[in-house]
Amino acid sequence: MIRSGIRGETVLRGALALIPMLAPALGHAQDAAPVLDTGNTAWMLTSTVLVLFMTLPGLALFYAGMVRSKNVLSVLMQCFAVTALITVLWMIYGYSMAFDTTGMVDGEVNFHSFVGGMGKAFLSGIGLDSLTGTIPESVFATFQLTFAIITPALIVGAFAERMRFSAMLLFLGLWFTFIYTAMTHMVWSGDGGLMWDWGVLDFAGGTVVHINAGVAGLVAALVLGKRKGYPTTPMPPHNLALTVIGASMLWVGWFGFNAGSAVSAGGSAGMAMLVTQIATAAAALAWMFSEWVSHGKPSVLGIASGAVAGLVAITPASGTVGPAGALAIGFAAGVLCFLAATRLKRKFGYDDSLDVFGVHAIGGIVGAVLTGVFAFPSLGGVWDPGETTMGTQVWIQVKGVLFTVVFTGVGSFVLLKLVDMLVGLRVSSEDETLGLDLALHDERGYNL
Amino acid sequence: MKLITAIIKPFKLDDLRQTVAHIGVQGMTVTEVFGLGRQLGHVERYRGASHRVDLNPRTRVEVAVEDTIVDEVIEAITNVARTGRSGDGKVFVARLAAAVRIRTGETGAEAV
Repeated sequence: MIRSGIRGETVLRGALALIPMLAPALGHAQDAAPVLDTGNTAWMLTSTVLVLFMTLPGLALFYAGMVRSKNVLSVLMQCFAVTALITVLWMIYGYSMAFDTTGMVDGEVNFHSFVGGMGKAFLSGIGLDSLTGTIPESVFATFQLTFAIITPALIVGAFAERMRFSAMLLFLGLWFTFIYTAMTHMVWSGDGGLMWDWGVLDFAGGTVVHINAGVAGLVAALVLGKRKGYPTTPMPPHNLALTVIGASMLWVGWFGFNAGSAVSAGGSAGMAMLVTQIATAAAALAWMFSEWVSHGKPSVLGIASGAVAGLVAITPASGTVGPAGALAIGFAAGVLCFLAATRLKRKFGYDDSLDVFGVHAIGGIVGAVLTGVFAFPSLGGVWDPGETTMGTQVWIQVKGVLFTVVFTGVGSFVLLKLVDMLVGLRVSSEDETLGLDLALHDERGYNL
Repeated sequence: MKLITAIIKPFKLDDLRQTVAHIGVQGMTVTEVFGLGRQLGHVERYRGASHRVDLNPRTRVEVAVEDTIVDEVIEAITNVARTGRSGDGKVFVARLAAAVRIRTGETGAEAV
Protein backbone atom coordinates (compact mmCIF):
# COMPACT_ATOMS: atom_id res chain seq x y z
CA MET A 1 0.00 0.00 0.00
CA ILE A 2 1.08 3.61 -0.32
CA ARG A 3 1.27 5.67 2.77
CA SER A 4 -0.81 8.76 2.47
CA GLY A 5 0.69 12.09 3.29
CA ILE A 6 0.33 15.58 1.97
CA ARG A 7 3.44 17.59 1.57
CA GLY A 8 3.78 21.17 0.49
CA GLU A 9 4.27 20.10 -3.09
CA THR A 10 1.86 17.32 -3.83
CA VAL A 11 3.52 14.38 -5.45
CA LEU A 12 0.88 12.45 -7.31
CA ARG A 13 2.00 8.92 -7.55
CA GLY A 14 -0.05 5.84 -8.09
CA ALA A 15 -2.88 5.50 -5.67
CA LEU A 16 -1.80 8.57 -3.77
CA ALA A 17 -3.60 10.51 -6.49
CA LEU A 18 -6.74 8.58 -5.85
CA ILE A 19 -6.95 8.64 -2.09
CA PRO A 20 -10.05 10.67 -1.33
CA MET A 21 -8.24 13.24 0.71
CA LEU A 22 -10.05 16.26 2.00
CA ALA A 23 -10.91 17.97 -1.25
CA PRO A 24 -9.89 21.50 -0.30
CA ALA A 25 -6.41 20.32 0.68
CA LEU A 26 -5.50 19.09 -2.79
CA GLY A 27 -3.56 21.58 -4.81
CA HIS A 28 -3.14 23.98 -1.92
CA ALA A 29 0.35 25.18 -1.16
CA GLN A 30 0.18 24.77 2.62
CA ASP A 31 -0.20 21.51 4.60
CA ALA A 32 -3.72 20.71 5.73
CA ALA A 33 -3.61 18.33 8.69
CA PRO A 34 -5.57 15.16 7.94
CA VAL A 35 -8.53 14.41 10.13
CA LEU A 36 -9.74 10.97 11.18
CA ASP A 37 -12.22 9.54 8.69
CA THR A 38 -14.42 6.89 10.24
CA GLY A 39 -15.32 5.32 6.90
CA ASN A 40 -11.70 4.84 5.97
CA THR A 41 -10.91 3.61 9.45
CA ALA A 42 -13.74 1.08 9.44
CA TRP A 43 -12.57 -0.35 6.15
CA MET A 44 -8.95 -0.52 7.28
CA LEU A 45 -9.91 -2.28 10.50
CA THR A 46 -11.72 -4.83 8.34
CA SER A 47 -8.90 -5.14 5.83
CA THR A 48 -6.45 -5.88 8.60
CA VAL A 49 -8.59 -8.76 9.78
CA LEU A 50 -8.93 -10.07 6.21
CA VAL A 51 -5.19 -10.07 5.60
CA LEU A 52 -4.43 -11.82 8.88
CA PHE A 53 -7.05 -14.37 7.87
CA MET A 54 -5.05 -14.93 4.67
CA THR A 55 -2.20 -16.31 6.76
CA LEU A 56 -4.21 -17.92 9.55
CA PRO A 57 -5.60 -20.16 8.30
CA GLY A 58 -5.70 -19.40 4.56
CA LEU A 59 -2.07 -19.89 3.62
CA ALA A 60 -1.59 -22.43 6.42
CA LEU A 61 -4.29 -24.70 4.99
CA PHE A 62 -3.26 -24.07 1.39
CA TYR A 63 0.20 -25.36 2.17
CA ALA A 64 -0.82 -27.99 4.74
CA GLY A 65 -2.96 -29.87 2.25
CA MET A 66 -0.12 -30.05 -0.26
CA VAL A 67 2.45 -31.76 1.95
CA ARG A 68 2.46 -35.39 2.99
CA SER A 69 0.36 -36.25 6.04
CA LYS A 70 3.43 -36.86 8.20
CA ASN A 71 4.34 -33.17 7.78
CA VAL A 72 0.95 -31.51 8.04
CA LEU A 73 1.49 -30.12 11.53
CA SER A 74 4.94 -28.80 10.74
CA VAL A 75 3.53 -26.47 8.11
CA LEU A 76 0.73 -25.25 10.37
CA MET A 77 3.25 -24.78 13.15
CA GLN A 78 5.54 -22.72 10.93
CA CYS A 79 2.71 -20.40 9.88
CA PHE A 80 1.50 -19.95 13.43
CA ALA A 81 4.98 -19.42 14.82
CA VAL A 82 5.91 -16.92 12.11
CA THR A 83 2.75 -14.95 12.86
CA ALA A 84 3.65 -14.69 16.53
CA LEU A 85 7.35 -14.03 15.98
CA ILE A 86 6.93 -11.30 13.38
CA THR A 87 4.28 -9.59 15.48
CA VAL A 88 6.66 -9.19 18.37
CA LEU A 89 9.60 -8.14 16.20
CA TRP A 90 7.39 -5.66 14.35
CA MET A 91 6.41 -4.08 17.62
CA ILE A 92 9.98 -3.87 18.87
CA TYR A 93 11.72 -2.53 15.77
CA GLY A 94 10.13 -3.69 12.53
CA TYR A 95 7.51 -0.97 12.14
CA SER A 96 10.13 1.64 12.80
CA MET A 97 12.62 0.20 10.32
CA ALA A 98 9.90 0.04 7.70
CA PHE A 99 8.04 3.30 8.15
CA ASP A 100 10.07 5.74 10.20
CA THR A 101 10.81 8.69 7.91
CA THR A 102 13.57 10.42 9.88
CA GLY A 103 16.31 11.62 7.59
CA MET A 104 14.46 10.92 4.39
CA VAL A 105 14.83 13.58 1.71
CA ASP A 106 12.81 13.59 -1.47
CA GLY A 107 15.03 12.74 -4.40
CA GLU A 108 18.14 12.11 -2.32
CA VAL A 109 19.69 8.70 -1.77
CA ASN A 110 21.05 8.27 1.71
CA PHE A 111 21.07 5.57 4.37
CA HIS A 112 17.42 6.26 5.12
CA SER A 113 16.47 5.62 1.53
CA PHE A 114 17.00 1.97 2.38
CA VAL A 115 15.77 1.61 5.93
CA GLY A 116 14.03 3.68 8.59
CA GLY A 117 15.41 4.83 11.89
CA MET A 118 14.45 3.73 15.38
CA GLY A 119 12.17 6.68 16.02
CA LYS A 120 9.15 4.41 16.29
CA ALA A 121 10.78 1.49 18.08
CA PHE A 122 8.44 -0.22 20.55
CA LEU A 123 5.71 1.71 18.69
CA SER A 124 6.53 4.64 20.91
CA GLY A 125 4.41 7.69 20.37
CA ILE A 126 1.44 5.79 19.03
CA GLY A 127 -1.57 6.67 21.11
CA LEU A 128 -5.32 6.84 20.68
CA ASP A 129 -5.12 10.01 18.63
CA SER A 130 -2.09 9.24 16.46
CA LEU A 131 -2.97 9.33 12.80
CA THR A 132 -1.51 8.01 9.59
CA GLY A 133 -3.35 10.01 7.00
CA THR A 134 -7.02 9.72 7.89
CA ILE A 135 -6.82 6.50 9.89
CA PRO A 136 -5.38 5.80 13.33
CA GLU A 137 -1.71 4.91 13.25
CA SER A 138 -2.54 1.88 15.38
CA VAL A 139 -4.66 0.55 12.55
CA PHE A 140 -2.05 1.37 9.91
CA ALA A 141 0.66 -0.34 11.94
CA THR A 142 -1.44 -3.46 12.43
CA PHE A 143 -2.48 -3.53 8.79
CA GLN A 144 1.13 -3.35 7.68
CA LEU A 145 2.01 -5.99 10.26
CA THR A 146 -0.27 -8.48 8.54
CA PHE A 147 1.77 -7.97 5.35
CA ALA A 148 4.98 -8.44 7.32
CA ILE A 149 3.58 -11.71 8.62
CA ILE A 150 2.44 -13.27 5.38
CA THR A 151 5.60 -12.50 3.43
CA PRO A 152 7.97 -14.74 5.42
CA ALA A 153 5.14 -17.25 5.86
CA LEU A 154 5.03 -17.62 2.09
CA ILE A 155 8.65 -18.75 2.05
CA VAL A 156 7.98 -21.84 4.19
CA GLY A 157 6.44 -23.47 1.15
CA ALA A 158 9.80 -23.64 -0.57
CA PHE A 159 11.60 -25.56 2.16
CA ALA A 160 8.65 -27.58 3.42
CA GLU A 161 9.22 -31.07 4.76
CA ARG A 162 12.95 -30.71 5.45
CA MET A 163 13.80 -27.58 7.45
CA ARG A 164 14.62 -27.58 11.12
CA PHE A 165 12.18 -25.56 13.21
CA SER A 166 14.86 -23.62 15.10
CA ALA A 167 16.59 -22.79 11.82
CA MET A 168 13.31 -21.64 10.31
CA LEU A 169 12.60 -19.29 13.23
CA LEU A 170 16.09 -17.86 13.14
CA PHE A 171 16.21 -17.49 9.36
CA LEU A 172 12.79 -15.90 9.00
CA GLY A 173 13.41 -13.61 11.98
CA LEU A 174 16.64 -12.39 10.39
CA TRP A 175 15.07 -12.25 6.94
CA PHE A 176 12.25 -10.10 8.25
CA THR A 177 14.75 -7.82 9.98
CA PHE A 178 17.20 -7.29 7.13
CA ILE A 179 15.24 -7.95 3.93
CA TYR A 180 11.53 -7.35 4.50
CA THR A 181 11.70 -4.11 6.49
CA ALA A 182 14.15 -2.63 3.99
CA MET A 183 12.01 -3.60 1.00
CA THR A 184 8.94 -2.10 2.64
CA HIS A 185 10.84 1.06 3.39
CA MET A 186 12.31 1.44 -0.07
CA VAL A 187 8.99 0.98 -1.85
CA TRP A 188 6.38 2.40 0.51
CA SER A 189 7.75 4.78 3.12
CA GLY A 190 7.39 7.87 0.97
CA ASP A 191 9.57 10.55 -0.52
CA GLY A 192 13.22 9.72 -0.09
CA GLY A 193 12.59 5.99 -0.30
CA LEU A 194 14.79 4.45 -2.98
CA MET A 195 12.18 2.79 -5.15
CA TRP A 196 9.48 5.29 -4.21
CA ASP A 197 11.67 8.01 -5.70
CA TRP A 198 12.33 5.91 -8.80
CA GLY A 199 8.59 5.91 -9.33
CA VAL A 200 8.03 2.17 -9.01
CA LEU A 201 4.30 1.43 -8.96
CA ASP A 202 3.63 -1.28 -6.40
CA PHE A 203 0.22 -0.82 -4.88
CA ALA A 204 -0.07 -3.77 -2.52
CA GLY A 205 3.21 -5.64 -2.64
CA GLY A 206 4.24 -7.23 -5.93
CA THR A 207 7.87 -6.51 -5.17
CA VAL A 208 7.75 -6.16 -1.37
CA VAL A 209 5.81 -9.35 -0.78
CA HIS A 210 5.68 -11.68 -3.74
CA ILE A 211 8.87 -11.32 -5.73
CA ASN A 212 10.65 -10.90 -2.40
CA ALA A 213 9.30 -14.13 -0.91
CA GLY A 214 9.38 -16.00 -4.19
CA VAL A 215 13.04 -15.42 -4.88
CA ALA A 216 13.95 -16.05 -1.25
CA GLY A 217 12.07 -19.31 -1.55
CA LEU A 218 14.03 -20.36 -4.60
CA VAL A 219 17.31 -19.56 -2.88
CA ALA A 220 16.21 -21.53 0.18
CA ALA A 221 15.17 -24.51 -1.94
CA LEU A 222 18.56 -24.49 -3.63
CA VAL A 223 20.57 -24.04 -0.43
CA LEU A 224 18.67 -26.70 1.50
CA GLY A 225 18.67 -29.12 -1.37
CA LYS A 226 16.04 -31.53 -2.60
CA ARG A 227 13.88 -33.64 -0.37
CA LYS A 228 14.95 -37.24 0.01
CA GLY A 229 13.60 -39.19 -2.92
CA TYR A 230 12.74 -36.14 -5.02
CA PRO A 231 11.84 -36.27 -7.87
CA THR A 232 11.48 -40.02 -8.37
CA THR A 233 9.44 -40.85 -5.26
CA PRO A 234 5.81 -39.82 -5.57
CA MET A 235 4.92 -37.17 -2.98
CA PRO A 236 1.31 -36.36 -3.73
CA PRO A 237 -0.60 -33.82 -1.63
CA HIS A 238 -2.20 -35.62 1.28
CA ASN A 239 -5.39 -33.54 1.44
CA LEU A 240 -6.29 -31.31 -1.49
CA ALA A 241 -9.58 -30.49 0.17
CA LEU A 242 -7.59 -28.46 2.74
CA THR A 243 -5.64 -26.83 -0.07
CA VAL A 244 -8.79 -25.69 -1.85
CA ILE A 245 -10.26 -24.40 1.41
CA GLY A 246 -7.05 -22.47 1.98
CA ALA A 247 -6.99 -21.08 -1.56
CA SER A 248 -10.59 -19.93 -1.14
CA MET A 249 -9.67 -18.10 2.04
CA LEU A 250 -6.77 -16.48 0.24
CA TRP A 251 -9.06 -15.28 -2.56
CA VAL A 252 -11.54 -13.71 -0.15
CA GLY A 253 -8.90 -12.32 2.20
CA TRP A 254 -6.98 -10.76 -0.68
CA PHE A 255 -9.64 -8.09 -1.00
CA GLY A 256 -8.25 -6.80 2.26
CA PHE A 257 -4.74 -7.06 0.85
CA ASN A 258 -5.39 -5.12 -2.37
CA ALA A 259 -8.43 -2.96 -1.67
CA GLY A 260 -7.08 -2.27 1.81
CA SER A 261 -3.92 -0.90 0.26
CA ALA A 262 -5.96 2.10 -0.82
CA VAL A 263 -5.97 3.06 2.87
CA SER A 264 -9.35 4.53 2.19
CA ALA A 265 -12.93 3.49 1.52
CA GLY A 266 -13.73 4.92 -1.86
CA GLY A 267 -13.16 4.66 -5.57
CA SER A 268 -9.60 3.42 -5.33
CA ALA A 269 -10.54 0.59 -3.00
CA GLY A 270 -13.52 -0.22 -5.16
CA MET A 271 -11.48 -0.43 -8.34
CA ALA A 272 -8.82 -2.46 -6.55
CA MET A 273 -11.47 -4.93 -5.49
CA LEU A 274 -12.93 -5.16 -8.98
CA VAL A 275 -9.63 -5.71 -10.76
CA THR A 276 -8.57 -8.24 -8.13
CA GLN A 277 -11.65 -10.36 -8.81
CA ILE A 278 -11.26 -10.14 -12.58
CA ALA A 279 -7.56 -11.01 -12.65
CA THR A 280 -7.99 -13.93 -10.28
CA ALA A 281 -10.81 -15.44 -12.28
CA ALA A 282 -8.90 -14.99 -15.55
CA ALA A 283 -5.81 -16.62 -14.12
CA ALA A 284 -7.76 -19.54 -12.64
CA LEU A 285 -9.32 -20.24 -16.02
CA ALA A 286 -6.02 -19.74 -17.83
CA TRP A 287 -4.20 -22.27 -15.67
CA MET A 288 -7.12 -24.67 -15.84
CA PHE A 289 -7.32 -24.52 -19.64
CA SER A 290 -3.54 -24.67 -20.03
CA GLU A 291 -3.50 -27.85 -18.02
CA TRP A 292 -6.52 -29.25 -19.84
CA VAL A 293 -4.82 -28.72 -23.17
CA SER A 294 -1.39 -29.98 -22.18
CA HIS A 295 -2.31 -32.88 -19.89
CA GLY A 296 -5.79 -33.79 -21.03
CA LYS A 297 -7.68 -33.05 -17.82
CA PRO A 298 -8.30 -29.94 -15.70
CA SER A 299 -7.35 -30.36 -12.05
CA VAL A 300 -8.51 -28.79 -8.81
CA LEU A 301 -4.95 -28.13 -7.69
CA GLY A 302 -4.47 -26.38 -11.00
CA ILE A 303 -7.47 -24.11 -10.80
CA ALA A 304 -6.67 -23.22 -7.19
CA SER A 305 -3.05 -22.50 -8.08
CA GLY A 306 -4.14 -20.43 -11.04
CA ALA A 307 -6.35 -18.32 -8.82
CA VAL A 308 -3.46 -17.68 -6.44
CA ALA A 309 -1.21 -16.78 -9.37
CA GLY A 310 -3.76 -14.21 -10.51
CA LEU A 311 -4.04 -12.77 -7.04
CA VAL A 312 -0.28 -12.42 -6.90
CA ALA A 313 0.01 -10.78 -10.29
CA ILE A 314 -2.73 -8.21 -9.74
CA THR A 315 -1.24 -7.20 -6.37
CA PRO A 316 1.18 -4.54 -7.63
CA ALA A 317 -1.30 -3.44 -10.30
CA SER A 318 -4.43 -3.20 -8.19
CA GLY A 319 -4.26 0.54 -7.67
CA THR A 320 -3.54 1.63 -11.19
CA VAL A 321 -5.00 -0.73 -13.76
CA GLY A 322 -8.56 -1.03 -14.96
CA PRO A 323 -10.71 -4.06 -15.69
CA ALA A 324 -9.24 -4.65 -19.14
CA GLY A 325 -5.72 -4.61 -17.76
CA ALA A 326 -6.81 -7.00 -15.01
CA LEU A 327 -8.09 -9.46 -17.58
CA ALA A 328 -4.81 -9.36 -19.46
CA ILE A 329 -2.65 -9.58 -16.36
CA GLY A 330 -4.68 -12.46 -14.97
CA PHE A 331 -4.52 -14.42 -18.18
CA ALA A 332 -0.78 -13.87 -18.55
CA ALA A 333 -0.11 -14.90 -14.96
CA GLY A 334 -2.23 -18.01 -15.26
CA VAL A 335 -0.38 -19.28 -18.28
CA LEU A 336 3.14 -18.24 -17.26
CA CYS A 337 2.86 -19.48 -13.68
CA PHE A 338 1.47 -22.77 -14.97
CA LEU A 339 4.54 -23.15 -17.15
CA ALA A 340 6.87 -22.11 -14.34
CA ALA A 341 5.40 -24.52 -11.80
CA THR A 342 5.09 -27.49 -14.12
CA ARG A 343 7.79 -27.18 -16.77
CA LEU A 344 10.48 -24.84 -15.48
CA LYS A 345 10.80 -26.56 -12.14
CA ARG A 346 11.21 -30.00 -13.60
CA LYS A 347 13.53 -28.76 -16.29
CA PHE A 348 15.96 -27.22 -13.81
CA GLY A 349 15.39 -29.82 -11.17
CA TYR A 350 15.12 -27.62 -8.08
CA ASP A 351 12.81 -28.77 -5.29
CA ASP A 352 10.70 -25.72 -4.54
CA SER A 353 8.23 -27.96 -2.72
CA LEU A 354 5.12 -25.83 -2.98
CA ASP A 355 6.07 -23.65 -5.96
CA VAL A 356 6.72 -20.45 -4.08
CA PHE A 357 9.00 -19.26 -6.88
CA GLY A 358 6.79 -20.45 -9.70
CA VAL A 359 3.70 -18.72 -8.37
CA HIS A 360 4.87 -15.79 -6.27
CA ALA A 361 8.08 -14.74 -7.97
CA ILE A 362 6.95 -15.32 -11.55
CA GLY A 363 3.44 -14.01 -10.85
CA GLY A 364 4.86 -11.00 -9.07
CA ILE A 365 7.26 -10.23 -11.92
CA VAL A 366 4.52 -10.57 -14.53
CA GLY A 367 2.26 -8.28 -12.55
CA ALA A 368 4.94 -5.75 -11.69
CA VAL A 369 6.07 -5.32 -15.29
CA LEU A 370 2.58 -5.29 -16.76
CA THR A 371 1.59 -2.64 -14.23
CA GLY A 372 3.82 -0.33 -16.20
CA VAL A 373 1.74 -1.08 -19.28
CA PHE A 374 -1.83 -1.25 -18.08
CA ALA A 375 -1.68 1.64 -15.62
CA PHE A 376 -1.97 3.99 -18.56
CA PRO A 377 -5.41 5.40 -19.34
CA SER A 378 -4.99 4.50 -23.00
CA LEU A 379 -5.19 0.85 -21.92
CA GLY A 380 -7.93 1.35 -19.40
CA GLY A 381 -5.76 2.29 -16.46
CA VAL A 382 -6.76 4.72 -13.75
CA TRP A 383 -3.35 6.22 -13.14
CA ASP A 384 -2.24 9.72 -14.05
CA PRO A 385 1.17 9.32 -15.69
CA GLY A 386 1.89 13.02 -16.03
CA GLU A 387 4.78 13.29 -18.48
CA THR A 388 5.93 9.68 -18.10
CA THR A 389 5.77 7.48 -21.18
CA MET A 390 4.86 3.82 -21.11
CA GLY A 391 8.36 2.82 -22.12
CA THR A 392 9.80 4.82 -19.27
CA GLN A 393 7.40 3.40 -16.72
CA VAL A 394 7.94 -0.17 -17.85
CA TRP A 395 11.67 0.37 -17.46
CA ILE A 396 11.09 1.77 -13.96
CA GLN A 397 9.08 -1.33 -13.11
CA VAL A 398 11.79 -3.58 -14.50
CA LYS A 399 14.39 -1.72 -12.45
CA GLY A 400 12.31 -2.34 -9.36
CA VAL A 401 12.02 -6.01 -10.17
CA LEU A 402 15.74 -6.40 -10.84
CA PHE A 403 16.70 -4.60 -7.67
CA THR A 404 14.34 -6.77 -5.64
CA VAL A 405 15.61 -9.98 -7.19
CA VAL A 406 19.24 -9.14 -6.50
CA PHE A 407 18.64 -7.67 -3.06
CA THR A 408 16.61 -10.57 -1.78
CA GLY A 409 18.54 -13.21 -3.68
CA VAL A 410 21.88 -12.23 -2.25
CA GLY A 411 20.52 -11.31 1.17
CA SER A 412 18.60 -14.54 1.59
CA PHE A 413 21.63 -16.57 0.55
CA VAL A 414 23.85 -14.87 3.11
CA LEU A 415 21.31 -15.30 5.90
CA LEU A 416 20.74 -18.95 5.06
CA LYS A 417 24.44 -19.68 5.15
CA LEU A 418 24.73 -17.85 8.47
CA VAL A 419 21.88 -19.83 10.02
CA ASP A 420 23.35 -23.04 8.64
CA MET A 421 26.60 -22.26 10.44
CA LEU A 422 24.81 -21.38 13.67
CA VAL A 423 22.25 -24.17 14.03
CA GLY A 424 22.14 -26.20 10.82
CA LEU A 425 19.33 -25.81 8.31
CA ARG A 426 18.19 -29.27 7.45
CA VAL A 427 16.77 -32.13 9.52
CA SER A 428 18.56 -35.45 9.58
CA SER A 429 17.74 -38.06 6.98
CA GLU A 430 16.00 -40.25 9.57
CA ASP A 431 13.87 -37.36 10.79
CA GLU A 432 12.93 -36.48 7.24
CA THR A 433 11.74 -40.04 6.63
CA LEU A 434 9.89 -40.23 9.96
CA GLY A 435 8.18 -36.94 9.24
CA LEU A 436 8.61 -33.55 10.87
CA ASP A 437 5.44 -33.79 12.96
CA LEU A 438 6.82 -36.65 15.02
CA ALA A 439 10.49 -35.80 14.67
CA LEU A 440 10.31 -32.12 15.59
CA HIS A 441 7.08 -31.84 17.54
CA ASP A 442 6.31 -35.31 19.00
CA GLU A 443 2.85 -34.97 17.54
CA ARG A 444 0.73 -36.77 15.00
CA GLY A 445 -1.61 -34.78 12.82
CA TYR A 446 -4.22 -37.48 12.48
CA ASN A 447 -4.98 -39.96 15.23
CA LEU A 448 -7.71 -41.77 13.35
CA MET B 1 -12.80 -75.75 10.39
CA LYS B 2 -11.40 -73.52 7.72
CA LEU B 3 -10.47 -69.83 7.61
CA ILE B 4 -11.60 -68.43 4.27
CA THR B 5 -9.91 -65.18 3.23
CA ALA B 6 -11.42 -63.30 0.30
CA ILE B 7 -9.79 -60.23 -1.28
CA ILE B 8 -12.54 -58.47 -3.22
CA LYS B 9 -13.38 -55.15 -4.79
CA PRO B 10 -14.76 -52.86 -2.07
CA PHE B 11 -18.14 -52.24 -3.67
CA LYS B 12 -18.87 -56.00 -3.60
CA LEU B 13 -18.86 -56.18 0.19
CA ASP B 14 -22.58 -55.68 0.79
CA ASP B 15 -23.56 -58.29 -1.81
CA LEU B 16 -21.07 -60.73 -0.36
CA ARG B 17 -22.38 -60.21 3.16
CA GLN B 18 -25.96 -60.92 2.12
CA THR B 19 -25.03 -63.94 0.02
CA VAL B 20 -23.05 -65.74 2.71
CA ALA B 21 -25.69 -64.89 5.32
CA HIS B 22 -28.11 -67.09 3.34
CA ILE B 23 -25.74 -69.99 3.75
CA GLY B 24 -25.56 -69.42 7.51
CA VAL B 25 -22.38 -67.37 7.79
CA GLN B 26 -23.24 -64.50 10.12
CA GLY B 27 -19.87 -63.30 11.30
CA MET B 28 -16.88 -61.96 9.45
CA THR B 29 -13.87 -59.69 9.83
CA VAL B 30 -13.46 -56.94 7.27
CA THR B 31 -10.29 -54.95 6.61
CA GLU B 32 -9.42 -52.29 4.08
CA VAL B 33 -6.29 -53.32 2.22
CA PHE B 34 -4.33 -52.53 -0.92
CA GLY B 35 -3.65 -55.03 -3.60
CA LEU B 36 -1.67 -55.31 -6.75
CA GLY B 37 -1.76 -58.01 -9.32
CA ARG B 38 -2.39 -58.26 -12.99
CA GLN B 39 -4.74 -55.32 -13.09
CA LEU B 40 -3.51 -51.90 -14.10
CA GLY B 41 -3.29 -49.10 -11.60
CA HIS B 42 -3.95 -45.48 -12.46
CA VAL B 43 -2.03 -42.26 -13.02
CA GLU B 44 -2.17 -39.27 -10.70
CA ARG B 45 -0.90 -35.83 -11.63
CA TYR B 46 -0.16 -32.86 -9.37
CA ARG B 47 1.21 -29.66 -10.90
CA GLY B 48 2.71 -31.48 -13.81
CA ALA B 49 4.38 -34.25 -11.82
CA SER B 50 2.67 -37.52 -12.63
CA HIS B 51 3.18 -40.96 -11.17
CA ARG B 52 1.61 -44.40 -11.49
CA VAL B 53 -0.29 -45.82 -8.58
CA ASP B 54 -0.29 -49.63 -8.85
CA LEU B 55 -1.72 -50.42 -5.44
CA ASN B 56 -5.51 -50.49 -5.61
CA PRO B 57 -7.95 -50.35 -2.71
CA ARG B 58 -9.46 -53.74 -1.90
CA THR B 59 -11.49 -55.28 0.92
CA ARG B 60 -10.35 -58.37 2.81
CA VAL B 61 -13.10 -60.53 4.27
CA GLU B 62 -12.26 -63.36 6.67
CA VAL B 63 -14.80 -65.94 7.70
CA ALA B 64 -14.32 -69.06 9.85
CA VAL B 65 -16.56 -71.89 8.65
CA GLU B 66 -17.22 -75.56 9.32
CA ASP B 67 -15.80 -77.98 6.79
CA THR B 68 -19.27 -79.02 5.67
CA ILE B 69 -20.07 -75.69 4.01
CA VAL B 70 -16.62 -74.65 2.81
CA ASP B 71 -17.18 -75.40 -0.85
CA GLU B 72 -20.57 -73.74 -0.81
CA VAL B 73 -19.15 -70.60 0.72
CA ILE B 74 -16.25 -70.43 -1.71
CA GLU B 75 -18.60 -70.76 -4.66
CA ALA B 76 -20.97 -68.14 -3.27
CA ILE B 77 -18.16 -65.66 -2.67
CA THR B 78 -16.63 -66.25 -6.07
CA ASN B 79 -19.92 -65.80 -7.91
CA VAL B 80 -20.99 -62.66 -6.10
CA ALA B 81 -17.61 -60.96 -6.26
CA ARG B 82 -16.92 -61.61 -9.93
CA THR B 83 -17.26 -58.75 -12.41
CA GLY B 84 -15.38 -60.39 -15.25
CA ARG B 85 -12.79 -57.58 -15.35
CA SER B 86 -9.25 -57.84 -14.03
CA GLY B 87 -8.78 -57.09 -10.33
CA ASP B 88 -11.72 -59.20 -9.10
CA GLY B 89 -9.51 -60.70 -6.39
CA LYS B 90 -8.71 -64.02 -4.77
CA VAL B 91 -10.08 -66.52 -2.25
CA PHE B 92 -7.69 -68.40 0.06
CA VAL B 93 -8.53 -71.26 2.39
CA ALA B 94 -6.43 -72.17 5.40
CA ARG B 95 -6.92 -74.88 7.99
CA LEU B 96 -8.17 -73.41 11.24
CA ALA B 97 -6.67 -75.19 14.26
CA ALA B 98 -8.99 -73.75 16.88
CA ALA B 99 -11.68 -71.16 17.44
CA VAL B 100 -13.11 -69.64 20.66
CA ARG B 101 -16.15 -67.41 21.25
CA ILE B 102 -14.85 -64.94 23.78
CA ARG B 103 -18.14 -64.11 25.50
CA THR B 104 -19.14 -67.66 26.28
CA GLY B 105 -15.94 -69.62 26.04
CA GLU B 106 -17.43 -72.01 23.46
CA THR B 107 -14.87 -73.73 21.28
CA GLY B 108 -14.77 -75.53 17.97
CA ALA B 109 -17.83 -75.72 15.76
CA GLU B 110 -20.04 -73.84 18.25
CA ALA B 111 -17.65 -70.93 18.08
CA VAL B 112 -17.83 -70.29 14.32
